Amino acid sequence: MNSVNSGIRKKDAMALVTGQPVYTDDIAPPECLVVKVVRSPYAHALIEEIDQTAALKVPGIVCILTYEDVPDQRYTTAGQAYPEFSPYDRLILDQRMRFIGDAAAIIAGESEKAVDRAMKLLKIAYRVLEPILDLRQAKDSDIVIHPEDDWRALVEVGGDPKRNLVASSMDAMGDVDAALAACDFTVERTYRTKANQQAMMETFRTYTYLDAFGRLNVVSSTQVPFHVRRILSNGLDIPKSRIRVIKPRMGGGFGAKQTAVSEPYPAIVTLKTGRPAKIVYTREESQIASSPRHEMEVKVRVGADKQGVIRAIDMHALSNAGAFGDHGPTTVGLTGHKTIPLYARAEAFRFSYDVVYTNHMAAGAYRGYGATQGVFALESAVNELADQLGMDPAAIRELNMLRSGDVMPAYYGETLNSCALDKCMATAKKMMDWDEKFPARDMGNGKVRGVGVAMNMQGSGISHVDTAAISIKVNDDGFYSLMTGAADMGTGCDTTLAQIAADCLGCDVDNIIVHGVDTDISPYDTGSYASSTAYVTGMAVVKTCESLIERIRKEGAGALDCGYEETEFDGSRVSCLKEQKSITLKNLANQAMCGNETALFATESHYSPISPPPFMVGMAEVEVDMETGQIELIDYVGVVDCGTPINPNLCKVQAEGGLAQGIGMALYEDIVYSEKGKNYSNSFMQYKIPTRLDVGNIRVELESSYEESGPFGAKSIGEVVISTPPPAIAAAIYNATQVRIRELPITGEKVFLGMKENE
Amino acid sequence: MIRVKNYVRAASLEEAYQLNQKRTNVVLGGMLWLKMGKRSVQTVIDLSGLGLDQIEEDEEKFIIGAMCSLRELEVNHSLNSCYDGVIKESLQHIVGVQFRNCATIGGSIFGRFGFSDILTCLLTLDTYVELYQGGLVSLHDFIKLPRDNDILVRIIIRKDRRSAVYQSFRRTRTDFPILASAASFTEDKLYLSFGARPMKAEVLEINRSDLADINTEEDFKNFARDTAKKFKYGSNMRGSAEYREHLAAVSICRALKALEEVSYGN
Amino acid sequence: MVIKMWLNGKLIEDVIDADTLLLDFVRKHGCYSVKRGCETANCGLCTVLLDEKPVLSCSVLAARAAERRVETLEGVREEAEEFGGFLADQGAEQCGFCSPGFIINVLAMSKELEAPSEDEIKAYLSGNLCRCTGYMGQLRAIKSYLDQKKAVVS
Repeated sequence: MNSVNSGIRKKDAMALVTGQPVYTDDIAPPECLVVKVVRSPYAHALIEEIDQTAALKVPGIVCILTYEDVPDQRYTTAGQAYPEFSPYDRLILDQRMRFIGDAAAIIAGESEKAVDRAMKLLKIAYRVLEPILDLRQAKDSDIVIHPEDDWRALVEVGGDPKRNLVASSMDAMGDVDAALAACDFTVERTYRTKANQQAMMETFRTYTYLDAFGRLNVVSSTQVPFHVRRILSNGLDIPKSRIRVIKPRMGGGFGAKQTAVSEPYPAIVTLKTGRPAKIVYTREESQIASSPRHEMEVKVRVGADKQGVIRAIDMHALSNAGAFGDHGPTTVGLTGHKTIPLYARAEAFRFSYDVVYTNHMAAGAYRGYGATQGVFALESAVNELADQLGMDPAAIRELNMLRSGDVMPAYYGETLNSCALDKCMATAKKMMDWDEKFPARDMGNGKVRGVGVAMNMQGSGISHVDTAAISIKVNDDGFYSLMTGAADMGTGCDTTLAQIAADCLGCDVDNIIVHGVDTDISPYDTGSYASSTAYVTGMAVVKTCESLIERIRKEGAGALDCGYEETEFDGSRVSCLKEQKSITLKNLANQAMCGNETALFATESHYSPISPPPFMVGMAEVEVDMETGQIELIDYVGVVDCGTPINPNLCKVQAEGGLAQGIGMALYEDIVYSEKGKNYSNSFMQYKIPTRLDVGNIRVELESSYEESGPFGAKSIGEVVISTPPPAIAAAIYNATQVRIRELPITGEKVFLGMKENE
Repeated sequence: MIRVKNYVRAASLEEAYQLNQKRTNVVLGGMLWLKMGKRSVQTVIDLSGLGLDQIEEDEEKFIIGAMCSLRELEVNHSLNSCYDGVIKESLQHIVGVQFRNCATIGGSIFGRFGFSDILTCLLTLDTYVELYQGGLVSLHDFIKLPRDNDILVRIIIRKDRRSAVYQSFRRTRTDFPILASAASFTEDKLYLSFGARPMKAEVLEINRSDLADINTEEDFKNFARDTAKKFKYGSNMRGSAEYREHLAAVSICRALKALEEVSYGN
Repeated sequence: MVIKMWLNGKLIEDVIDADTLLLDFVRKHGCYSVKRGCETANCGLCTVLLDEKPVLSCSVLAARAAERRVETLEGVREEAEEFGGFLADQGAEQCGFCSPGFIINVLAMSKELEAPSEDEIKAYLSGNLCRCTGYMGQLRAIKSYLDQKKAVVS
């Protein structure tokens, strides 16, 4: 292996560090109409009348669209494989406004100033309705957020819009109530997380135009180009064959762009006007009308015997989908299914959930995808249980954690084939000097330092669903083109896929050019989410290389006039084993442009029936000012088992970046609403993502297992990295102060109030 | 975002002043705060060409032009070797270097913003503002005046041997403060100022002779608690009034101890 | 109104509105490296050098920059590549959206600060947000870069 497991530079690195114009807004044609969305000031309202006369008179205004101008076809904007689990409950513009920021009208004009003026002059009369602003009041409320007759669910997920339910279900093994009753120690608690924003640096933006063939071309910063094609086909009521989606370089996504947030607006303007159109979301729009993490309230009951064996886990999740179903039915499953299985010795479990509509913005996909909320709840509960038992929280995990070979009844019944979680824990303890520091040290200057631990797992792709195809061709002179439908959003998968191909094909990674994504050309890929790219798309690369090598050998056999079985390919030449003959790939490729019958082009598709979990252990050290409650994060240690790291540098940065987001969720990022449902956390001035002064020292190590079903033993790393900080930090703070915080974010004031209460 | 019809780089203070008498015109400071508003402004008046971006000093005072950036104050060696470096301490947490290269001292002081660190800090030094029409006004008086159409030309800080300390509490390290706190000792006075309450800074003057009875830890805490109560606090996204009052009390204790230490050095 | 400005060493002249922001002005003139990430002057993506000082171009009127020298990443290509290589060796450029503003500020920092400590580096760059990397890889790159510069000098 030359490429896999080496920390080479990303292929686009130098373009990015010299500021080349490769992002959506850099390449949009200057003649694009400026498109903006007029947004509802009310959380729940019906549009009674829209008076466009004054707005239309503004010079430069080209069109104004209202709910009367859009297809009457409900669809979903959630980027999911078809048939989507997400209900078809949206219209591009609806008469009913369901959150402050909901789209009331679309204005397109020739300049931003013209559109801004028209937005001020557009008169909309609303009939204000009573909103539901508390997720606990949503189910069976008299207020119904989706009363429409044409609401539909393609897949039964327990949804019932008349009850404001997007999804509801229950999964169990054994008798959890009896098992808990038989436990020597039990903890029963409720934990709360907020609708955190991904806050990628590049906001949502899309431009659209009609090409020479009259087809709608959509250039967008999206993680799901193929899903966007279907989504727009549904929403605009035009055939998929009329749509092409292209993904340029992206400035981050983290799941936000797994929903078609911005695409529908310029698309419909282009269809209506025939002109190119562009929308660039402001940061404010990206904070109030985007696709954040689901706010959740998770109740956990967990019980152990005297030895600390965790016998039973009962979890109920209440998830706030907001105004539309989107990723509501799918995120919540991970809340239980990616947490409960960690405790391999449980004889009984129950996981139930309700996902409800409210008049907040629709939630979406954010790294972790429901698991993160569950990790905060279960890991915190286990830490509380350990405390009751008088047991080291690292030790209780060592006692109960999954090991390689375990069957996981709470994880779709899959068998665990690769697991280095025990090594992750051991290494983390060493890095943190856990035995010395646990639980806390008085620093003697009015400050106390505490440490806390958490562990978690995620998945690698969605088993049986996530599908990736890869195409590779040999060009003249023997360089390769690798075509993928996977969306590199800055993670570097264009490079890591090439690294896999380079080792399969026996060549230098620079000999492979990567092309992605254009739905007209690229092979199908569900897109970059669910931590599927390395594991699923990577395996498609392996398969495609195998097929391509067969073709190279076949062509080589013809050129060398020897039998196929006698040929071999070493990366640079096809050789005939019987006779000392060979032909270089370069010559073979050049010859193959004349009189050729065997295209040096292969495409293979891959899915996996299993989703092998990556694992992580996180440990936090915090320092608390005991007079004020103010918290400083001193140190964070993360040890990851992602299987073989395809590119260790990129794996390390993924882990460090994910941990920083988790730290933000734990300590700094808060979502605050007014009484009427207005989101005050509408800018980086109010929504505080961590700066480089706020993350302390983040230290990451990899402890690799080897996953047979993954390319070169790889699993995944994209999401597992975000979830440990909230419970680890909450535990560290408890150890320092004896204050339990069960609602994020953890602030100095909450700690101070907790200390006061304890007195 | 703010909308502006005309831009004028004033050739003189008189021109700037005359233009500023129109309600729909505004003087441009760093524009950081101004830009975020939704105002429609007729003419924006830029004082950049008037040489007001210098920090000068003589034996008695520092003279700081209104167009000096916060960064220039922060890195000025002379200014920060006085007053125990509080000016630097009050400025260095504000967003970032690029931000502070844009923000001006004139804009920060004239705005009399609630969140202002520097206003809180300067209230505990012997500070004056020089207004074009209004002349020299002590900062203590200036914070009580309503915003008008005068032009802030310079900030003057008189040199003396006072000791000073600045503290702030924040949720992230470069966020607005939950509470800004400044304190200084002259020979016979203690000045205490709290800002970001969330209201703008106010200052309290106490005779040092009244501190003579404070000896034990208990005395410190009682004095701090009682003094903190003399300010009003409010609740907002960053903290509750109760928490701010508690932080104020804690910072008074810490300030007194720090000032005692520093004064012994004088 | 018409203004003149030195943009990356070239004198340009153009018509602007009174409220044209320097950010939009430089992008209009081909400097696409300069990005907008927020409306509240918090993110640092729009950092450019104005008379060699790092400023937020989203909050500077183009009119105010008239007659002055503005530099973006396009104008410091060699230095950008030099430091950028260290970033790339860490895999820390990631999505690249924060990179131009960040690199401009790193270059400004390395001219303004002499042998900065880790704390001084972090403080100088605190106004540059990044959501991808967690900042650690950026710091490793800076330290390697400064070490190498020191080695060259000695």
